[in-house]
Amino acid sequence: MEPIVRIRGLGKSYWRGNQPVKVLEDITFDIAQGEFLALMGPSGSGKTTLLNLIAGIDRVDSGTVTIGGVDITALSENELTGWRAMNVGFIFQFYNLIPVLTALENVELPLLLTGLSKKERLEHARAVLKLVGLEDRMDHYPGQLSGGQQQRVAIARAVVTDPVILVADEPTGDLDRAAAEDVLTLMENLNGQLGKTIIMVTHDPRAASRAHVLRTLEKGVLT
Amino acid sequence: MFALKLIFKNAFRHKFRTLLTIGSIVIALVAFGLLRTVVSAWYAGVAASSATRLVTRNAVSLAFTLPLAYKDKIRQTDGVTDVSYGSWFGGIYINEKNFFANFAVEPGSYLRLYPEYVIAPEEKEAFLRDRHGAVAGIKLARRFGWKTGDLVTLKGTVFPVNLDFVIRAIYTGRDKNTDESQFFFHWSYLDEAVKKVAPDRAGQVGFFMEGISDPLLAPRVSANIDRMFKNSLAETITETEKSFQLSFISMTEALLDVIQIVSFVVIAIIMAVTANTMSMTVRERTGEYSILKTLGFGGWRIAGLIAGESLVIVMIGCALGIAFTYPAASVFKSQLGAYFPVFNIDRRLFILDAAASALVGLVAAVFPAWKAMKLSIAEGLRRIG
Repeated sequence: MEPIVRIRGLGKSYWRGNQPVKVLEDITFDIAQGEFLALMGPSGSGKTTLLNLIAGIDRVDSGTVTIGGVDITALSENELTGWRAMNVGFIFQFYNLIPVLTALENVELPLLLTGLSKKERLEHARAVLKLVGLEDRMDHYPGQLSGGQQQRVAIARAVVTDPVILVADEPTGDLDRAAAEDVLTLMENLNGQLGKTIIMVTHDPRAASRAHVLRTLEKGVLT
Repeated sequence: MFALKLIFKNAFRHKFRTLLTIGSIVIALVAFGLLRTVVSAWYAGVAASSATRLVTRNAVSLAFTLPLAYKDKIRQTDGVTDVSYGSWFGGIYINEKNFFANFAVEPGSYLRLYPEYVIAPEEKEAFLRDRHGAVAGIKLARRFGWKTGDLVTLKGTVFPVNLDFVIRAIYTGRDKNTDESQFFFHWSYLDEAVKKVAPDRAGQVGFFMEGISDPLLAPRVSANIDRMFKNSLAETITETEKSFQLSFISMTEALLDVIQIVSFVVIAIIMAVTANTMSMTVRERTGEYSILKTLGFGGWRIAGLIAGESLVIVMIGCALGIAFTYPAASVFKSQLGAYFPVFNIDRRLFILDAAASALVGLVAAVFPAWKAMKLSIAEGLRRIG
């Protein structure tokens, strides 16, 4: 079966003053459709950079990233923005919800970029919030929710557009153990029951153990 | 609708800062409105002047007089339909703080030439009959609580006489620009008093006013009048009433220019205040804008949110500024009405307020929006983490 994510010879450097610092070097690997992949590695190993490149929020220096048959390294900035809206769901360590919007509005936010009517948007958003177990918290603002609940809203926001891949950067990094377990179970369900492809960066071996595939980065090289 | 809701919610996220910014805009727009109105008030005399009235004065300066005998010659000039005359009395009522314009005029012709001073027929009749009678504008009468029949004494400053008057009439202005704070009385009463103490100054007037049949005749009639008195002891300058008023304003033109400049500096200040608020906002929300970009919101949409927020803040300030301009103008008028007898807010000012505010809102958002558009998502996310 054709992999959903195909990475070939990917390289990325950052500039520190006049000195280029290599972050990723000649990364090549595939991710199959429906896979739950955990990326581990010490701080500064390039995990988040790799995740950003796969999600199309940063640009490669060399190599290609093909997702669902689209070489995203060849897309213009505008094309990439549109592509992200339809194909990638993001889950961040600090949830990153918009504080002045309710849970329902936060989930509705990505749907504004689709052609759905207001009614359809709300139906979708309510359905997804129900899926993550927050049907009774829809009108709450992020500040009125616990960390675990906020992360579940963030997950609902990530899946509401039915993206091709879900990328999660330390999704349990800011949660206590019980909330982290809940979030990981939810991600497992999304992967197992809805077939979502998930790429998760984590430091936490317990979180990584929920994934099907574990890849490790060491000084920018995949091992 | 969703975007509008988000814009409003964002605008009031830092309520105290937003309220301070709105407060600054309100104060600035009230100041802008007052300054623009001061400029308009300065030109009120020009705006109220008629195209069919000419003014003749001594060619040397207004401080010099003209013989009353010129009147008949002027009357005979082709195109002149009526002639009146008068003198600036410059009298003081009780003390110098109670300043107002007061003139000695030839009453019949003066009221014919100035139909914009509206007087009840019976009061007009009483004024014309009584040589000690005087007419006061309604604003002046309200200021001092005068009513018809009241006795008023003015101490002479230009002339060495004190005159007692009976208020016989109170006029209202026919037009919005008509000055309703003037005081005028019979020139003959002044002349009679002057004759007793300074006979050499009797029979002299400060200016003549001519009515002409057609505004197009003004240059020719003016030239003809001045030619008549060329090489006489008191040469004349005749000009339209508008030019006459403008010649007063030209003395204070530099001051008016400064007021005009300051009024626009005020707009520049609110632009800086709003730009500062929006810059702080964008800096604080760098992470959020990165998230929006991550979700697929393009740079222009984010710029729209920022510009919208800036406009919401500024336009709320603008609406309040407009609302507060009226009471502020009332206070200003009550305190300085003697110097600005016509102090009316021109409604076009509000269009200017709204246009300037919209411009401020957009310009203030340009740099912050540009920064947000250029923001690298990875960099923005790093700032959150």
